[in-house]
Amino acid sequence: MEPLLSVKNLRVEIPVGTGMLKPVRGISFDLQKGETLCIVGESGCGKSLTSLALMGLLPKVARRSGDHLRFAGQDLLGLKERQMAKLRGQDMSMIFQEPMTSLNPAYTIGDQLTEGMIRHQRVSRAEARDRAAFLLEKVGITAAASRLTQYPHQLSGGLRQRVMIAMSLMCGPDLIIADEPTTALDVTIQAKILRMMKNLQAEFGMAMIFITHDLGVVARIADKIAVMYAGAFVETGTAQQIFDAPTHPYTKGLLSCIPVPGKTERGARLGAVPGVVPSLINGVEGCGFASRCPMRQAACGSEPDLTDRGAEHSCRCVHDTDTLRNMEWEAA
Amino acid sequence: MSDDIALELSDVTKIYQISQGMFGGTKPLRALDKISLQLRKGEVLGLVGESGCGKSTLAKVLLGLEKPTTGNVRVYGQPFGTHDRRWIARRIQPIFQDPYSSLNPRKSVREIITLPLKVHSVGDSSSWDKEVAKMLDLVGLPQRLIDASPSQMSGGQRQRVAIARALIMRPEVVICDEPTSALDVSVQSQVLNLLIDLRDELGLTYLFISHNLAVVEHIATRVAVMYLGRVIEQAPAARIFDAPKHPYASALLDSILTPDPALGVPDVNLDGTFPNPVDPPSGCTFHPRCPSATALCSAKRPEPVEQAPGFVTCHLHDPEIQKELT
Repeated sequence: MEPLLSVKNLRVEIPVGTGMLKPVRGISFDLQKGETLCIVGESGCGKSLTSLALMGLLPKVARRSGDHLRFAGQDLLGLKERQMAKLRGQDMSMIFQEPMTSLNPAYTIGDQLTEGMIRHQRVSRAEARDRAAFLLEKVGITAAASRLTQYPHQLSGGLRQRVMIAMSLMCGPDLIIADEPTTALDVTIQAKILRMMKNLQAEFGMAMIFITHDLGVVARIADKIAVMYAGAFVETGTAQQIFDAPTHPYTKGLLSCIPVPGKTERGARLGAVPGVVPSLINGVEGCGFASRCPMRQAACGSEPDLTDRGAEHSCRCVHDTDTLRNMEWEAA
Repeated sequence: MSDDIALELSDVTKIYQISQGMFGGTKPLRALDKISLQLRKGEVLGLVGESGCGKSTLAKVLLGLEKPTTGNVRVYGQPFGTHDRRWIARRIQPIFQDPYSSLNPRKSVREIITLPLKVHSVGDSSSWDKEVAKMLDLVGLPQRLIDASPSQMSGGQRQRVAIARALIMRPEVVICDEPTSALDVSVQSQVLNLLIDLRDELGLTYLFISHNLAVVEHIATRVAVMYLGRVIEQAPAARIFDAPKHPYASALLDSILTPDPALGVPDVNLDGTFPNPVDPPSGCTFHPRCPSATALCSAKRPEPVEQAPGFVTCHLHDPEIQKELT
């Protein structure tokens, strides 16, 4: 089946004072209709810029390139901004991390919810408001019709994020990209919103790209996972594969860092990944993780490819799969 | 009063007057509502709850940055009012959430860490340098960073500087207010390891405030759960995480997302949203969201019921009320 979204060798380059910043260095993946891909990584790994590159929302100075970026049969790389604007909000939409800053404080919730639909689908204001009220109820907001006349500051953080989710659904998109949608929320609200998003996905069948650093969230909602480090995917696989048989030293390191209730002994030392992320200015020499990797060797001087480690499972490392699986991080 | 108690709050209430607009006057907001809590020497008391429940206000009261409206705070058996800020600061020190804003960007690491020594007039400039060097070793920072400014450091390094500053006066109690929330996962574990080591090495007592329940479960020896300015359950960590009693505590713990792909997103049994703290619900403030609420819950305010070794503030666990009902 032709995937809904097929990304091949996507790159983002941003000229900075001291050279060229390369925050996204050739990432590739396919996403089927109705599937959830989680891109997980730490700050500065390029995951947010990846999402902006997919949406065509990069800052003007940034340059996007790649082999192809095919969405529903159309290569987005060749599209003009005017054509991109037609897709955005209509066929693909985005949920940002901070509902506080991504809603306009000067307009009512109703105005902001309906704007895209009125523009894209040329429906009447009344029709759009009906749809908005319907979706607000879907995302669990009570007295939905009366909320339409409220302003963002009158809503709590959890409600604002629900409004953002309803907004992303207004035109019935095929793809939703969510950049840390629950990071700013309380845990109880986080669980509710994630559950609701999964239910909406089952109901409307859209694909989701979910960007987060929270491994707990990833484990619970992902079909596929891509672990990102220094602008590249270092390991991709199904949720089961990544959590039950992690292969890349970075993935293993990350998993050893989080206390797992019931598994990690209380008060025991946690794993750690010492060192810092390399500078992405002018690209990375060799394997981006080598400077922090306990298994580095001479061969790490040239960047390894993402190679297959089983069905749907791939890893970017010079070592063979068995060596990697047996590797253990020492407690720091 | 026994000797093993570092900090004790009895019936502490903190009321803020919230402006209701130009002509609306003010309304009281009970950020802390008759809190009684003890911090025992050597323990790690985890304080959890949703944003707005009063965790940070509690930290401020313990640091002496806010005065309680009513109630008493005792530090090592002595009431707060009998000593000045500096006396308190020598015993209780904070570590804050965001090392990007809690360190002065215009000062060097040396200046940041020596400031408490200057303020308390401890030693002189020659001994300060030795002290700072010792602290850098203790928190795992290389000596070459001594003249660096915070802007040249990573988040993890900054948080280590904040820890060094907190510990230079050799306090006995450290109030950690979300100390790892702003950090990446791989850095978070290093800071947690450091806090665990320092506690063993220096015999510190922590009040550990966090919304990351997995982290609290890992580091805390005892846990207090707050809801709308009240402690609704308090017990040893193992007991509360294995078998929470209060319906809110159990809903909160249900929402922990452990990294297990075999489990889906939990269905948290919690209705509605966090109430407006200026206009809290009657009776038990949790009753509008509580799956087990009865008529009594909206009428009568529950009081803490001893459930050794801890307490629960819930009618369901009050044997006398349950006896009356049946």
